[in-house]
Amino acid sequence: MRDVCAAFDEIAGLREKNAIALKVAKDRGRKVVGTYCLFSPVELIVAAGAIPVSLCGTSATPIPAAEKVLPRSLCPLIKSSYGFALTDTCPFFHFSDLLLAETTCDGKKKMYELLAQMKPLHLMQLPQVQDEAALDYWVLELKRLITRLEESFGVRITPEKLAGAVLLLNEERRSLKALQDVLKRRPAPISGIDLLTVLHNRGFTVDKREAIELIDRLTTELTELSDQGVSPFSDRTPRILLTGVPVGIGSEKVVRLVEELGGSVACFESCGGYKKVDPVLPGNDLLRSIAEKYLRVPCSCMSPNTGRLQLLEKLVREFDADGVIDLTWQGCHTYNVESFSVKRHLQETVQVPFLQIETDYSESDTEQLKVRIEAFLEVIGTRRGGRP
Amino acid sequence: MVAAGIDIGSTGTKAVIFDGEIRASVVVPTGWDPKAAGLEAFRQALDCAGLAEGDVGSIVGTGYGRVSLPIFDRKVTEITCHARGAHFLYPETRSVIDIGGQDSKVISVDEQGRVAEFAMNDKCAAGTGRFLQVMAGVLDVSLEQLGQLAVGATPARISSMCAVFAESEVIGLLARGTDKGSIAAGIFHSIAGRIQGLAGKVTLSHRVTFSGGVALNRELCRAIGASLGVDMCVPQAPQMVGALGAAIMGFEA
Ligand code: SF4
Ligand code: SF4
Repeated sequence: MRDVCAAFDEIAGLREKNAIALKVAKDRGRKVVGTYCLFSPVELIVAAGAIPVSLCGTSATPIPAAEKVLPRSLCPLIKSSYGFALTDTCPFFHFSDLLLAETTCDGKKKMYELLAQMKPLHLMQLPQVQDEAALDYWVLELKRLITRLEESFGVRITPEKLAGAVLLLNEERRSLKALQDVLKRRPAPISGIDLLTVLHNRGFTVDKREAIELIDRLTTELTELSDQGVSPFSDRTPRILLTGVPVGIGSEKVVRLVEELGGSVACFESCGGYKKVDPVLPGNDLLRSIAEKYLRVPCSCMSPNTGRLQLLEKLVREFDADGVIDLTWQGCHTYNVESFSVKRHLQETVQVPFLQIETDYSESDTEQLKVRIEAFLEVIGTRRGGRP
Repeated sequence: MVAAGIDIGSTGTKAVIFDGEIRASVVVPTGWDPKAAGLEAFRQALDCAGLAEGDVGSIVGTGYGRVSLPIFDRKVTEITCHARGAHFLYPETRSVIDIGGQDSKVISVDEQGRVAEFAMNDKCAAGTGRFLQVMAGVLDVSLEQLGQLAVGATPARISSMCAVFAESEVIGLLARGTDKGSIAAGIFHSIAGRIQGLAGKVTLSHRVTFSGGVALNRELCRAIGASLGVDMCVPQAPQMVGALGAAIMGFEA
C-alpha cells in the first residue's frame, strides 16, 4: 500500500532528507539535543533554540557491537540505542551536542552512565510515582535542565520562549492525534505499518512547523481516501490495538506479521503513538503544567501505573479494537510484569481477546510468532461469529 | 461430505479422513520435504479409507508446514485444530495441553470447542519434544525407554529448564552415579514444571486433554497430571488430534 498519497511518500523519505537538513542547521550554529524517551521535556529544548531529535534505537544492526559491553539478556532497545552510539553509525547521534536522559527503567539508567562517557549527557532524576510531592521534585528537575541548557548553549530560556514552545508542541500533538484518529474508521484507510513509518520518521524532523503541515496534509488526504471507500482492509479485517514497549522501523516485526496474516493494527498505544499526544494543559504556572504533562506519561516504569489501564480501556472503545496485543521486549521487566495486570484489567472491563508477545529485534522466532498471531486472529474471527 | 485434515509438523506429518466419523488416520515422517510428506500422508490416508482424491470435498492444512501445500482449501493454525480435535474426542474438555516437537501450548476451550485463550512457550526448547529428545540422547535411550526407566523412580532434581544447561546437568548427574531411572523421572518432572508455568497463564479447567506425539509417553502424562493436580484424558492416538481437528473444520465448512 505504498504510494497511497503524495504526503505519505514525502514523509517516507524524511529520514535521509533530515540528516542532511540537520547538518546544514548545525553548520549555521544551531544546537542539537538527542532524547531517548517520552519523558524528555522537549519544550525546554525548543525554548533554548535547539533542535530535539529522537535517538531511541529500533534497529538490530548495532546490537552485536553493544553486546561487547552490555549483557546479552538486556532489552534490545537499550542495546540498540547504545550500539548506535558506540559505533557512531547514527547521524542524529553524531550531530547531537547534548544527550538528555531520565532515570526510567534500570537498564536504561545504567546504560546512560556508559553513554555519558561518550558525549555530554544530562540526566534527569525521574520520580516513579505520580503525586504532588513527586511533581514538586520533578519541577526542580526541569529547572535544573533549564540551567544546563542555558549554560551549555549560552542562551536564556525566557517565559515567552517557553510559552511559544508549548504552543508549537501542543500543535504537533494535535496533528499527530488527528492523524491517528483517522484510523478509528472501520476499515482504517492506512495500514499500521505505514502509520508507524510516518510516526517514526517525523521524529527526525528539523523544522517542526513543516512536519506539522505535512502530517495535516496526510490526515486530509487519508480522510478523503476513506470517504471514497479506499482502504487496504475490509470491514471484517480484525482490528488490533498494539500496546507495550516502544516500536519503530527496524523493530516493526510484530506489526508486519499481524498485517501479513490478515489483521490491521489500527491503534498504537505505545510511546511513539497515542501516549505521545497528551498535551500540556493550560495553568497559572507554565513550568508546572509542563512538568505535570510529562509526569503523567503512563509508562510501566511508574508504580503504580493505573494511567495505562485507563488509557487502554478508553482506546479499545474509541478505536473499536477486536483484540489487544501487548508487545514486550525480552529483558524488559517492567512491561513483562505489567502484562498480567493489563490482561486482567481488560478482561474485567472491555473483554477483548488479549495476547502478550515477548520477543526481541531478531527474526529467529518468526515462525512461532506467526502461529501465535494467526491463532489469535482465528480466536477473534470465531468470536465475531465466523467459522471456527 | 468427506473432508481431509493434514497436519505437517516438524517431525511427523499426519492425515485424517473424516465424514462425521474418522475414516482413516495415518502418520508419516516429515523428513526434509514437508510438501512431499503432506502429499504422501494424504495418499496413504485415501488408500486406507478406500477413496480417491475426487471424493474429498475439502482439505484443511495445519502445522508448521501448512503454507507449503497448494492442495489445501484452507489453512488453520494447530492451536485451533487441537482444540477442535480434542473437543470432538472428549466433548467435556475445557483445556488442551499439546506438546509438539518445537513448542508446547496450553489452550482453553469453550463448550463448542472454540479457543478461548492460549499460551505458548517462548523461543527456547524447554518443555517441548525437542527437550525430551535431547535428554533421551544424553542417556542414550529411546523415548519409549525413557518412559519405562521413569516408572516408579524418585525424580532426581534437574533445576535448569533450558535444554542446553539441563544437558550438562544430566551429564553431571550421570557422572555422580545417579541412576538413569531417577534422571528420567527428573526430566519428566522438569517438563511438568514448565507446563505448569504455561498453564498458569490461562484459565485451566480440571477437564484436560493431552494431545501431540509426546503424550504417547504415559509416564510423562502421569507426571504432568500430578503436577497440575488434574486427571488427563489421553487419546488413543494423541498425535492425530491436530489433523483430526483440521478435518472436522473442513467437514463443517
Ligand atoms: S516505554 Fe517508558 S521508558 Fe521506554 S521510552 Fe517509553 S516512556 Fe520512556
Ligand atoms: S522496553 Fe523496557 S527495558 Fe527496554 S528501555 Fe523500555 S522500559 Fe526499559
